[in-house]
Amino acid sequence: MSTAEDGRLMAERGFWTDTGKTGIGAWIFSTDHKRIGLLYFYSVLFFFLVGVILGLLMRIELMAPGRDIMGPQTYNALFTLHGVVMIFLFIIPGIPGAFGNMVMPIQIGAPDVSFPRLNLFSWWLYAIGAVLVLTSLFTGGGAPDTGWTFYVPFSAKSATNVSLALFGVFVLGFSSILTGLNFVTTIHRLRAVGMTWSRIPLFTWSLYATAWVQILATPILGITLVLVIAERMLGTGLFDAARGGDPIMFQHLFWIYSHPAVYIMILPAMGIISDIIPVFSRKPIFGYKMIAFSSLAIAAAGSLVWGHHMFTSGMSDTAVLVFSFLTFIVAIPSAIKVFNWVSTLYRGSISLDPPMLFALAFILLFSIGGLTGLILGAPATDVHVHDTHFVVGHFHYVMFGGTGFAFFAAMHYWLPKFYGRMYRKRPAVIAWCLMFIGFNVLYMSMKVLGMRGMPRRYYDYLPEFAQLNLVATVGSWILAAGLAIMLVNLFRGLFRGEAFTGNPWGGATLEWSTTTPPPTLNFIKEPVVTHGPYDFKALADDSPDGMPGDGRNQ
Amino acid sequence: MSHAVHKDYAGAKLGMWLFLFTEILLFGGLFILYAVYLARYPQDFSSGGHQLNVVLGGTNTFLLVTSSLFAAMALTAIQQDKRLLTLRLIGGTILCAAGFMVIKYIEWSSKIHHGIYPGSASIVKGPPGESVFFSLYYLSTGIHGLHVLIGATLLGVVALRVKNGTINSTDYVILENGVLYWHLVDLVWIFIFPLYYLML
Ligand code: HEM
Ligand SMILES: [Cu+2]
Repeated sequence: MSTAEDGRLMAERGFWTDTGKTGIGAWIFSTDHKRIGLLYFYSVLFFFLVGVILGLLMRIELMAPGRDIMGPQTYNALFTLHGVVMIFLFIIPGIPGAFGNMVMPIQIGAPDVSFPRLNLFSWWLYAIGAVLVLTSLFTGGGAPDTGWTFYVPFSAKSATNVSLALFGVFVLGFSSILTGLNFVTTIHRLRAVGMTWSRIPLFTWSLYATAWVQILATPILGITLVLVIAERMLGTGLFDAARGGDPIMFQHLFWIYSHPAVYIMILPAMGIISDIIPVFSRKPIFGYKMIAFSSLAIAAAGSLVWGHHMFTSGMSDTAVLVFSFLTFIVAIPSAIKVFNWVSTLYRGSISLDPPMLFALAFILLFSIGGLTGLILGAPATDVHVHDTHFVVGHFHYVMFGGTGFAFFAAMHYWLPKFYGRMYRKRPAVIAWCLMFIGFNVLYMSMKVLGMRGMPRRYYDYLPEFAQLNLVATVGSWILAAGLAIMLVNLFRGLFRGEAFTGNPWGGATLEWSTTTPPPTLNFIKEPVVTHGPYDFKALADDSPDGMPGDGRNQ
Repeated sequence: MSHAVHKDYAGAKLGMWLFLFTEILLFGGLFILYAVYLARYPQDFSSGGHQLNVVLGGTNTFLLVTSSLFAAMALTAIQQDKRLLTLRLIGGTILCAAGFMVIKYIEWSSKIHHGIYPGSASIVKGPPGESVFFSLYYLSTGIHGLHVLIGATLLGVVALRVKNGTINSTDYVILENGVLYWHLVDLVWIFIFPLYYLML
């Protein structure tokens, strides 16, 4: 690439340069959804890496029986922190906050979200919540040791600094609510001319379903956390059996939020996959309507299954049966999606670029996670594996193998668009390969260990579990190596890779039709949408020169 | 930029309604607990409810309903471009809110004076259902009181904006949203009052 061309590209850096504002203030006080999206992206990525390091430390402790590098109290603090960071600071805000913000308004042809200042405020709440959670580690009675679920009675009694952590999570919940509220309003009000409901890209559809869950479920978490804080500070005794309260009521309230929260985690990930698969199979998505509908169905049915976390807590048998039945019902719309993705692949002209590889890994890993979920959803089997490493393996398959890998897919799919530079594909594929192998070695071992009876949340275990634990720890190193290669390669590419301006993947959704990187208000001319999001034929007709979409905004 | 001045009223109101849903769900958690514990301790809840002062609670209900009326009238007033009237009506709303908080304070302090508060000696020794009842009572009315304060502050800010003209007869969606929020605060009390003071 010549310097002159490089210079021209630098002058046309879209939203990076066209406001003329620079410095940190142009970011942390910007109301541009793309800048807020990037703020979220880097904050979320930072906490993901923090969480990964904590996970690796735990794995080192579990490498061999007995005490290796830490004592029980430290281990308790580590899994609590790892869980809180991964759940509330990475995976819940992750995709909506980062990629939802960056991409969704462009996908529907809007200049920004409905409430740009509220959007910035939600990032600030995220930052404040994160600081509060981190402060709780070093102040008061020390790092919380309750697990991310904050179960009473222990969370009401633990001498560690639980209250501050709870308050931090409360603030984070508020941030999540504001994002959801903003997205629902934006999708209703700001769609471009011609962007009918059946032309909305599936990623945006999934964000829409997610946003409703964020709005409707998160307040319950808020009040539950407040109640535990009151329990600790005022001694209200509402969850204290000795005072007439009922600890099971805490579990109900907690899971009324936290089960729907798993859909806040997984639905946007499914949306990413639904957008990527057709682009790299060069085929319209199979069953657009069913995928969009199943997102809503999952969101709705998923709010009625929280009791499957409490099969062993002492509910009535009737409740156990009903919750189990409903849990199996939710599996249906999830399976619909998997079938639709696979049908899209069938006889497609598949190109195995890095985003596609991560998407394919998602399908497999999510399916494994989902199917083991059914083992946990059936009461008869759940009582055996409840609270074992089987559960730990299961939710890592869904959350990390699912949402985590979808997050990586999105990074490789969309970030070049926002930086205008491409990463190298070979190292990305090598990294993907390592991560895929490491992941399965790590978490499949955990599942087997759980089946054999190794409980979760202990820093030590019986000698007969030693071998597989060593295998799992080695797996975690392979995974970490892959992760490191992936990130180094990706960021080298984004900052120093080859510049491009066109539509590198040939996507037919609106974000690929605007200039690269997009301008501050996303489109030079207000877009008019004339075809569906996966209509690659119409796209080719638009601009025969192989720069699909460029001709669309006229 | 042309988009920056663009105003989407329907969008702003949709956003507010969504926010109100979240508030309802927040209180919903407390109402769920009320329902479950009422079913478990009907006797204790009844004796707890009889210790609350219906006159003070009733006065507060009257104050809040009146304040809601004022707030709704303020909206009509601004639509008719009567700025002074709008300000007076918002002032009336805030005054009612202040009255509500004063009465709440009297109510709470007399209860606390009689040793009825979460974790007090008499509550801990008394029947468990009553402990649960009063904890819920303090939490529900306390969190509601917090909302009264937030709502009144919000209306205060709105009043300032009416005064300097940023809110006027053509651009009043902020006032409308403030009033919506105030109605929510009122609405929640309309549920709390019978559940705790009347029904038991
Ligand atoms: C290299 C990456 C990771 C490693 C090595 C790792 C490892 C672990 C380990 C060893 C545990 C504790 C098991 C126990 O004793 O109970 C754990 C728990 C957990 N992990 Fe991970 N993990 C990783 C990534 C993730 C990701 C990406 C997520 C979510 C998106 C996640 C979410 C959780 C949660 C929620 C818990 C439960 C914490 C609790 O028990 O309260 N982890 N992980
Ligand atoms: Cu669940």
